[in-house]
Amino acid sequence: MSESCFQLKGSVVTTFILELYQYSRENFTQQLKIKIQQAPEFFHQSPVVISLEKFESDAGDIDFSELVGLCRQFELQPMAFKSVDERFVSAIKSTGLAVLSDAASRATAKDVEIEPGVAVETVVAEKIISSTSKIITRPVRSGQQVYAEGSDLIILAQVSEGAEVLADGNIHIYGNLRGRALAGVKGDAGARVFCKNMEAELISIAGNFMLSDALRKLVWKQAAQVYLDEQTLHVEAV
Amino acid sequence: MAEIIVVTSGKGGVGKTTTSAAIGSGLAIRGHKTVIIDFDVGLRNLDLIMGCERRVVYDFVNVLNKEANLNQALIKDKRNDNLFILPASQTRDKDALTQEGVQTILNELAETFEYIICDSPAGIEKGAQMALYYADRAIVVTNPEVSSVRDSDRILGILQSKSLRAETNAEPVKEHLLLTRYNPQRVEDGEMLSVADVVDILAIPLVGVIPESEAVLKASNQGEPVIFDGTSDAGQAYSDAVSRLLGEEVDFRFLEAEKKGFLKRLLGAK
Repeated sequence: MSESCFQLKGSVVTTFILELYQYSRENFTQQLKIKIQQAPEFFHQSPVVISLEKFESDAGDIDFSELVGLCRQFELQPMAFKSVDERFVSAIKSTGLAVLSDAASRATAKDVEIEPGVAVETVVAEKIISSTSKIITRPVRSGQQVYAEGSDLIILAQVSEGAEVLADGNIHIYGNLRGRALAGVKGDAGARVFCKNMEAELISIAGNFMLSDALRKLVWKQAAQVYLDEQTLHVEAV
Repeated sequence: MAEIIVVTSGKGGVGKTTTSAAIGSGLAIRGHKTVIIDFDVGLRNLDLIMGCERRVVYDFVNVLNKEANLNQALIKDKRNDNLFILPASQTRDKDALTQEGVQTILNELAETFEYIICDSPAGIEKGAQMALYYADRAIVVTNPEVSSVRDSDRILGILQSKSLRAETNAEPVKEHLLLTRYNPQRVEDGEMLSVADVVDILAIPLVGVIPESEAVLKASNQGEPVIFDGTSDAGQAYSDAVSRLLGEEVDFRFLEAEKKGFLKRLLGAK
């Protein structure tokens, strides 16, 4: 049996960043509630890093333990704060969460001292993460859910009313889209939804969604694409 | 090798048992040895529709629990020698069914029968899943009405994910759409979904359209499957559906509203 109890490894974890602009208990609670109601399953127990990078410096103080408590109340898992102004550091430390230094989240070369005269041969083991698209050939029926993790989703059949298709990347549907399609569910604002016949209940890109009522007025029962531009969803016939 | 056909719908009251009785009888009339199993344990109905309720001694659950053998429980139809039914238990519930038990019975039936029709209970829970698990084909019974269509869509999803064929990545369960209680006049008036609407939503091949008919209720109450009534529109429509199941190409009938005759119009009759 090995004697070592553990091994330290570097890793990259995908989380949400909650970019805080200003804070008041009422507004924050209300807005977070609305956001989470849009996709409760999606946000459930998601790890979250709270960034103060864009926090308005004249916006006053924050009750950090209240802020963290509210996040937990909505079943998020706040992990740490980043881009923290010095005046907040001790307050944050009292909540027990980590303060990430900006340096830690940025790749810097300053620690690497290269001795002159020594030829450094760097062997870069390039790791190709090929995420082939997920391809579905049969209809996605009411009550079924298909998720393409880390890739695009291609569906060669219909998506029925009451069915849900999700992808971290784009979604292509070569059939009737009558259910829900959520592209870029991990926050990729560049993701798009393409479908041969738009009759969707809901379309979402990186959390920005549109319901069938709105879609009906734009593009209905024809080939369409949906993309995000400046936080606004655009629906176009193709 | 017997073919197992499940008659299912998700929604209740759309005509699963009527269809099981009619299709099963139709196959028997064409000379195929057929058994219809009532999977609706606790709500025994098939025996009533088949008119053999007084002859039920042992049932499906008795055989499952080895309290009786299959031959004791099978009831031979009085009208056709090729037709048998395996009634459900009235006194038990769906928990009495086990997958192994069902498989044992189906295997035994497969030795002597050509077609095994499984009359599924309503819903998408254990009873319905048990009825469809071993199916080779599925007849999805749907009424031309939105909630029935959505439930059918749901059950199609279950067929393609929770059946034995789906779990073992075998060739998928073959799906057939059977539309019942179709009323062309109401479709024309825009009160009912049309055949085309339903086919478009469910996207599976159509095996039959049964018109709404008084003959169906009469047949149920008399315990005589409507297919034996060759003069009724519903009986003929079921007979066409059986032909299509057997691979024949038959034109669809009863899709158009009857034109009102001159006299009827004159008299203002409905």
